[in-house]
Order: sequence, then C-alpha cells, then structure tokens
Amino acid sequence: MRLDLMYESFFKIVEGVPLTLQVVSISTILGIFLAVAVALMRISGSKLMSLPAYYFVYLIRGTPLLLQLYFVYYGLSQFEFIRESILWPLLKEPYWCGIITLTISTGAYSSEIIRGGILSVSKNYIEASGALGLSQAKTFILVTLPITVRQALPAYGNELILMVKASSLISIVTLMEITGIARTIISKTYAPVEIFLVAGSIYLVINFIIVIFVNLAERRLGIEKAT
Amino acid sequence: MFDVFALGPTGWGDEMLMGAVMTVLVSTSSLLLGITIGIVFAACKLSNFFILRAIAEVYTTIIRGIPELLVIYLLFFGGSSAVMYLAKIFGYMGYIELNAFTIGTIAVGAISGAYSTEVIRGAVNSVPKGQFEVGKTLGLSGYSLYIKIIFPQVARIALPGIGNVWQITLKDTALISVTGLVEIMRQSRIAAGSTHEPFIFYTAAIILYLLITRLSNIFFDSAEKKYSKGYVSKDAL
Repeated sequence: MRLDLMYESFFKIVEGVPLTLQVVSISTILGIFLAVAVALMRISGSKLMSLPAYYFVYLIRGTPLLLQLYFVYYGLSQFEFIRESILWPLLKEPYWCGIITLTISTGAYSSEIIRGGILSVSKNYIEASGALGLSQAKTFILVTLPITVRQALPAYGNELILMVKASSLISIVTLMEITGIARTIISKTYAPVEIFLVAGSIYLVINFIIVIFVNLAERRLGIEKAT
Repeated sequence: MFDVFALGPTGWGDEMLMGAVMTVLVSTSSLLLGITIGIVFAACKLSNFFILRAIAEVYTTIIRGIPELLVIYLLFFGGSSAVMYLAKIFGYMGYIELNAFTIGTIAVGAISGAYSTEVIRGAVNSVPKGQFEVGKTLGLSGYSLYIKIIFPQVARIALPGIGNVWQITLKDTALISVTGLVEIMRQSRIAAGSTHEPFIFYTAAIILYLLITRLSNIFFDSAEKKYSKGYVSKDAL
C-alpha cells in the first residue's frame, strides 16, 4: 500500500467533488419538476396522459443510464436539424448532456416514488378537505402534497444516493469529476487499489452526509423509522 | 435505412444480436455469482458472530455507496495482478491475464451480490419463526433444517426481489463495455463509430435492452406463479 500516493491523489481527486455535487444538485432539482409532472400524468385517469408517462418510465427504467447518455450525447447530434436548433449550444456540451440525461433518469425513477406517495394519501383526507370547501388545487397543495412528501422522503433519500453514484458515468463523456480524475490517476500510476480506496471513501462520505440530512428531515417531519 | 442491420458481412444485424447474447450471458453469470455471494453474506448478517456481521455490513455498505464504475475500474486494472499475487502464494509464477468476461462477471457479480444479500436476508427473516421451531422439535440438524425446510421457503419469498436484482444486474453490464467486452453497448458504439449512424444503433440497443427486460419479466412472473402454488396471495386475504 502506497500511503504517500494515496495522500497525494486525495487532493487531486477532491478537486472533482464540486463538479459531482454541481451536476447532481442541478439534475436533482430539475428532476423533481419532471417527476411531479410525470407522476401527475400517471394518476390523471386519462389514458392520453397516463400512457405516455407509463411508457416514458418503462423506457428509462428498462435501459442502462450509459446508453441513455450516449444516445443524448452522440445519437442526437447526428441530425442536422438538431445541430441547427436553439438547443445545440446545450447538446454539444458533455456537461449539459450529462445533466439532461441525469435529469431524465431521476425524473423517471422519482416519479414512481412520488406516485406511490400520492396514492398512499387516504381518500378520507381528500373527502374531508372537499367537505371543508377546499378547491381541488388547494386540496392538492395543502393536503396531498405535504403528506406525499412525508411518505416519499425515505425512498427519495435512496434515490439521491443513486444519483451521486450515477453521476460517475459522466466521466465517460470526458467530464473530470471524482471518477474521471480517479481513472486518470489509475492509468498513470497503475495503483488501482489505492486510488479506489481514496475515491470510494470520498463517495461514501458524500453519501453519508446525504443520509444524515435525510434522517434529520425525516425526524423533523415526524416520520417514524420502520425498524 | 435498415440495410445497416443486414445479417452477414454487409450489415451489423448479426453482430448486434451476438452482442445481445453476450449481454445475457454475462448478466446471467453475474447474477448467479451474485446470488452465491448473497447467500454467504446473508448467512453472515444473520449469524451470532459480531465479526461476520461486521464484514457483511461493510461489504454491502461499500458496494451500495460507491459508483459501480469505480468497482469495475478496480477489477479491470487490479484484477489480473490480484490473481497473480494469489497464484504466487500457491507457487505459480507465470503471467495470468483475466479476460474481459471474467472481470466483468466478477465486478458485476460483486455488485449484484450486495443487493442479493439484502434480498435473501429479508426473505430468511420473513420465514415464520414457527418453521424454525418445528424443525428443531422434529430433531432436524441445522443442515437439514436449512436445506429442507427454510431454503425452499426463502427461495419462494426471495424470487420477486431477485427479479429486481436481475434488472439492476442487466443494466450494470452495460458498464463492462468500458473494459472492452463486446456486449450490446460496446457493439453499438463500434457500429455507430464505423457507420456514422449513432442514432439508429443506439436506438437498436435500447430496443434490445427493452426486449431482454420484457422477456425476463415474463420468465420471472411465470416462475413466481409456479412457486406460489398452494399459497394464498396476500391480496386475497
């Protein structure tokens, strides 16, 4: 075990942390909006809305993220009309392709979590707020949404960790985040075990911090841990 | 537009299908390795020895907390030297190189092993306590108790969970393409590069993955139905 190499590479790999966090947080925030929209479409009751949402989720959950990334980054740029569209400044950048792909992916996965949360809200609450004279929109915002957040939070915590892990794939389209830098150092020094331990610990620390925050939020919202 | 998928030397149809076969092969061997690892570590997690529980806990926490790609890089760059190191202990001095299939199977197997551990542990825990007690009362040894009474029930309860692990494993094998194993992902990259038609080949790859997912869903559903014979489903109660 070469401790000096581990010490040295730690400072290099840590430089990738901001990019990882940035990509994860931008796509997570954008992904929530997509997820809520897809979840609402799924439970809307109209086939015209729910079927496209169903197939979207099926498509994203049934294919590897790496393939989705290649599809967005290489596949779309093949077409003239995309290269001339207003989206091209975004689609030619690996950075934005990574964010788009991760947003779509987390949007699909989280929509299932949110859908489960919404469906778990008891019919009695909806009826009660109707009886109190709340409009449908008000019922959704004041009653359904807060309960959904409580229900969905534990599963959403897992999704956040999956996002941190998934963000490592953007290193394959040349972005130098944690895994990208780690890979470069491995191929230079040929010390896979040492670099793996350093990069792996950084990921574990990030995920550990996420778990702490999710647990705090759960406690604050009064969610009882299932033991 | 579709002549790029012609079979034989003029098109990529047969190569893509071979890629799909390779994906299924490497996913299946990874899943089998993963289930084996899962049984061992689930036994560790349920054991009375603190050390064994701690080892299993560390393993599942690490694998589930770090990116799959890092695990694959570790084995891709370090796998051969680790095996040579072990071989040296047993007196073999030659050069050993693991092929991409073996490395991929070990890497994805280690990942799916962590998920299988949780699935199997959960399944063992959900076997009613009475089953263990009755087995002991009948005078069965630990071995026969587990093999004859507990294991068949665990297998039945774990089946849907293993179906989910299969889904994760199948998708994780796409990452092995970075080590050069020619499965669906790698093959569609090669084809896309040589024909300058990335869109159509990545679309073909998407369809192949969805097809495998669909077929394996049918398989797991019918297996579930088969092994649930004689049990009342929870919905009916």
